[in-house]
Amino acid sequence: MTPRRHDATSHVSRREWLLLGATPLLGVAASWRRGVGQDSLAGQEPSGRLYDPNRAGRPQTPTTERDADPAIQALEKRLRCTCGCGLDVYTCRTTDFSCTTSPAMHRQVLALQDRGLTDAQVVQAFVDEHGPSVLMAPPKKGFNLAAYFVPGIAIVVASAVLFVVLRRWTRATAAGAPATAHAAGGAAQGSPEELARLQRELDEFSA
Amino acid sequence: MTILGNLALWVALLVALWGAVMGFAGGRQGRADLQASATRAMYTTTGSLLVAVCCLEYALFTRDFNVEYVASYTSRNLPTFYTWSALYAGQKGSLLFWAVVLSLFGTLAMSLTSARHRVYLPYVAGIVSIVVAFFISAMLAASNPFDRLPFTPVDGRGMNPQLQNPGMVFHPPMLYLGYISITIPFAFAMAALLSKRLDVEWLVAIRKWTLVSWLFLSIGILLGMWWAYVELGWGGYWAWDPVENASLLPWLTMTAFLHSVMVQEKRGMLKKWNFGLIIGSWLLSIFGTFITRSGIISSVHSFAQSGVGYFFLVFLVTGAVLSFWLYARRLPLLEAETRLESMVSREASFLFNNLLFIGIAFSVLWGTLFPILSEAVQGTKVTVGPPFFNQVNIPLGLALLALTGIGPLIAWRRASLANIQRQFAMPGAAAVLVGLALLVAGMRDYYALVAFILGGFVLATVVQEFWRGITARHRQYHEAYAIAAVRLVGRNRRRYGGYIVHLGMVVLFVAFAGMAFKTETQATLRPGESATLRSPFGHTWTFTHLGVSQYDALNRLVTAGTIELARDGQRVGILKSEKRQHVDGLGRPTFEPSTEVGIRSDLREDIYVVMAGVVGGTEQTVYRFTINPLVWWVWYGGYILVFGGLIVMWPGGGPAAVRRTEAGYAVKLVAKA
Repeated sequence: MTPRRHDATSHVSRREWLLLGATPLLGVAASWRRGVGQDSLAGQEPSGRLYDPNRAGRPQTPTTERDADPAIQALEKRLRCTCGCGLDVYTCRTTDFSCTTSPAMHRQVLALQDRGLTDAQVVQAFVDEHGPSVLMAPPKKGFNLAAYFVPGIAIVVASAVLFVVLRRWTRATAAGAPATAHAAGGAAQGSPEELARLQRELDEFSA
Repeated sequence: MTILGNLALWVALLVALWGAVMGFAGGRQGRADLQASATRAMYTTTGSLLVAVCCLEYALFTRDFNVEYVASYTSRNLPTFYTWSALYAGQKGSLLFWAVVLSLFGTLAMSLTSARHRVYLPYVAGIVSIVVAFFISAMLAASNPFDRLPFTPVDGRGMNPQLQNPGMVFHPPMLYLGYISITIPFAFAMAALLSKRLDVEWLVAIRKWTLVSWLFLSIGILLGMWWAYVELGWGGYWAWDPVENASLLPWLTMTAFLHSVMVQEKRGMLKKWNFGLIIGSWLLSIFGTFITRSGIISSVHSFAQSGVGYFFLVFLVTGAVLSFWLYARRLPLLEAETRLESMVSREASFLFNNLLFIGIAFSVLWGTLFPILSEAVQGTKVTVGPPFFNQVNIPLGLALLALTGIGPLIAWRRASLANIQRQFAMPGAAAVLVGLALLVAGMRDYYALVAFILGGFVLATVVQEFWRGITARHRQYHEAYAIAAVRLVGRNRRRYGGYIVHLGMVVLFVAFAGMAFKTETQATLRPGESATLRSPFGHTWTFTHLGVSQYDALNRLVTAGTIELARDGQRVGILKSEKRQHVDGLGRPTFEPSTEVGIRSDLREDIYVVMAGVVGGTEQTVYRFTINPLVWWVWYGGYILVFGGLIVMWPGGGPAAVRRTEAGYAVKLVAKA
């Protein structure tokens, strides 16, 4: 019989040692298995419940690929949410998550598309239902054309007027220049070379 | 305290009315005693209004919920930081804030105006007193912040969660300061018209005030953009909302004025135009206030609809009629001292620059008011939203950016062909290079491409101007380049500060163009799941949902969704977006839950994460992920713009220094000859 050791080190048999060593290894393996399982099953298992779901805002429904479809985004950015927020349908439904109007309008857009309507027909269906104010920009017809063209026309007319006025001023100045120079006692006297040099220097200085 | 507050308002009103009468009488009769009385009335009005502000702040901080304003905008658990800003969070308090700041500005104008310009002060006191009296009477008649309730609620309603953001603490006062300070240049302009002293002196007297006003407006608008971006959650910073437009309008006209005033100072031209711009800017500031407070146009920024809007409408119309009547009477005295010499001159380029500024202001105003016009003409209301404003204003903005570069390159009076060739060679080459580089890189968005090309052009003009100035000083005075740069700016702050402002505008335009490449998606993720989004810069962002946590904060219950962010598979950090349910001191919900976005910024792009909510009370979460390119540059473009504005404003380095420089130049010319 092997005597027990009394030098403060515990005696462990080979079997016990293997068991002790195997336990943490098994634990690591088990946790690794769990990790692998979690990764491979990500999104497949039920998510944990929140402590208080009521404080997390309005309950949401899972989004689909169509919800994020750029073509749907573009279409919904042409339509105004009728809740009074002033935003387009896409922006409202992805920003103001307490609004119930924009998600409903979004579902209506999807339903109309499912019926085979083109984008223009979908937009027209909304105009028929809500009036032209449902569009984010006025339709380009009738009086609304004024919205688009008046600023441009005003600027073009103002530019033309400004151009004519400036031309008249510059001509009047040119016509009066010799008299002014004379009245100033020949302030601009000098040889052409000197005047050219002066002009160059003035250009440099002004710039 | 409300009794004292009300008393202070009444005293301020009566004294302001007295000051107005004394100001006009003193100015007209030239009597020093009346003028002194007007000045003292201004000081007394300011003192009384400060007492009223202290009373309201006392009520806010002591949570006197019997005061209707306090109960509406605070709660027991509202942080102290936001209790300060409750002063201007609501209609009534903001009117008081407006009145006190205007009277403070009036007092500063009375105290700081140099002796040379004191001749205008009686009329300035009169005009400012009238405007202050209007604001006080609007408060007392329709929107008194000291109104009491017939009962005392246990707790207040609290402040709107979207106002509980640092941006909202600083944005409104900055914008107000900008709006309000326009009254001082307007008052000087009116004083010049009334006193018939229409030379350049009134412009010198208001130079700093116009810059102060422009700077505050700029800071206010930029802070508003930042607040909208970080707080509203829609992923952008400018939505062409009527109230945003209302803040942009006076900024545009003031910027036009800052350019055209140089033509009057240097050449004695554009006198009528400059008076018109100042009057227009002031009217637009009142118009902005009317829009915000009347509810005539729906806006997320508006105060609740109230009768005070009609006060502003009457004041606006009366102010417009009176000021333009006076202006029309003085038109014969406003003839130019010199004439334009050439179509190709800096004066002409400034005129076209002004035309564009006013054109943009007109198109913004037109779009803002078109729904009302449409309803009046067609009987149907239309919506004028971002698609309209972008379509109309982007081309005008790009034309303005081009003129930002062209203007400084053209000489005053008359530019020769040689001058134009020499000035445009380098910036033109830079623009071509930028365009070619972007085309080769595959950029095909037309407007963005033009914006980047013009940005390159204007940047090159600014660099060229600085380089020429620095090398000239280096040659002439043998200064080191760094010292030459500092002295160049220091001795001609207006010119080189202006170039820095141009630089800021370039950065802003480039950043705005970046939004053409914005991409976004929505995803519903369980913990561990990921969504990806491709950046316009070519890499792929991966968003991995880590989970949802809930906890209580000071005055809110928070639900936070956490996202691990990876770029091309490399982990770059964690982002958190929150749903916040604000509660009062008794734990009762006060507003609808609000959303706090998670933002990660770098030089290239912002990652913008919005938590929409959870599915079925679980950690399965609906997110919106957005990539906003170049947003960082909006804020730093703003810093550059404000820095340039401060340089322009900084005392010294003004016309006297320029005259010295010119004298030195003349000596040099003679020596060379």
